[in-house]
Amino acid sequence: MDGVHDMGGMDGFGPVQPESERDPVFHAPWEARVLAMTRAMGVANGWTIDMQRFAREELPPHVYLGSTYYQKWFLALRQMLIDHGRIGADEVAAGHALHPAAPLPRGAFTAANMERIMRRGTFDRPASAPARFKVGERVRTKNIHPATHTRLPRYARGHVGVIERIQGCHVFPDTAATGEGEHPQWLYTVVFDARELWGADADATLKVSIEAFESYLDPAV
Amino acid sequence: MTTQDHHHDHDHSGGSELSEMQLRVRALETILTEKGYVEPAALDAIVEACETRIGPHNGARVVAKAWADPAFKKALLEDASKAVATLGHLPRVGEHLVAVENTPQTHNIVVCTLCSCYPWDLLGLPPVWYKSTPYRSRTVKDPRGVLRDFGVTLPDSTEIRVWDSTAETRFVVLPMRPAGSAGLSEDELAKLVTRDSMIGTGLARAPGAA
Repeated sequence: MDGVHDMGGMDGFGPVQPESERDPVFHAPWEARVLAMTRAMGVANGWTIDMQRFAREELPPHVYLGSTYYQKWFLALRQMLIDHGRIGADEVAAGHALHPAAPLPRGAFTAANMERIMRRGTFDRPASAPARFKVGERVRTKNIHPATHTRLPRYARGHVGVIERIQGCHVFPDTAATGEGEHPQWLYTVVFDARELWGADADATLKVSIEAFESYLDPAV
Repeated sequence: MTTQDHHHDHDHSGGSELSEMQLRVRALETILTEKGYVEPAALDAIVEACETRIGPHNGARVVAKAWADPAFKKALLEDASKAVATLGHLPRVGEHLVAVENTPQTHNIVVCTLCSCYPWDLLGLPPVWYKSTPYRSRTVKDPRGVLRDFGVTLPDSTEIRVWDSTAETRFVVLPMRPAGSAGLSEDELAKLVTRDSMIGTGLARAPGAA
């Protein structure tokens, strides 16, 4: 979706505010609880990483831009729990459980499940066809605007780049996000000259790459 | 926006006045616990692991090893997940980790414009600025400006390469080994490796620098 989360190249957000490397991992105790609950409920419900990203992208634009990182996580988690029928809006208002629990697809999250959280998932899958593009080949990204989740950022649509690496065959986020399945595809690192993306005045020493799924790409003629 | 205004001298004293967010989050945890969806102790364990087990200290060990051992460096640049797995003393990192090398000719910077993808199993959870709108919006267009925000100026002739983490591949920068570090042990080298140098918004420390 063409949402505010897709912010590569937007102006006006001001300077980056570096942070001391000695700063704590969490800046308030509730942030840590939000992260832990999100991870735990993701595992217990079998929600894919892209389903969770999509939920955050669907926050209203003013909420997305006006919330801190963990506020966004909290709002998206609570909405997913409601949308999937795990909790009720009346329970949120009451601050307590009012109804019987719903069965969770993977069962309740207990301390015994810890290692599943700390081990990153694997996203590569067996390929059903050879890779369409070769390293060094010129490709053009498609000009697509799906209303749902995609990982092709707006600033990199409709531009010519070069295949630099072939990263294997990976779960396709655009379908994984909506529960339509994994539909694995070849994944490529595609590198663009900054002047291709940002025009003739762009920094001539800058190159930008994205990780692009095969269906995002056409051969450049 | 509030991420940018955050000061670190509040909210840590455990005062009696709970913030609105704290109350809302506590309410959700209460509901999930009462329904039996999650054990609070399991949440405690996740938090503890995020605060102690993972972190940039792990990445620093990998960089120091690459500086000290050319064969390991070669393996790391070929397949970082596999190379890191050979170092038994580190927590297991996931697949699809890619290490990219800074040289006098090329400086690499990692960003995620769409969300906050970050090699957390090697570097820990990302800092606030990495997840902020200024960093996510500007890095792909004006990386030299972003570097200036970090006090880093590179020669005009250095090529800048920005890696936008738009899939499940995860990037870690192998910073240049600082001058004057010859003869240091791996432990001493690891102390020169900053988190920001492994994201590409900083350089490794010079020996003797604070």
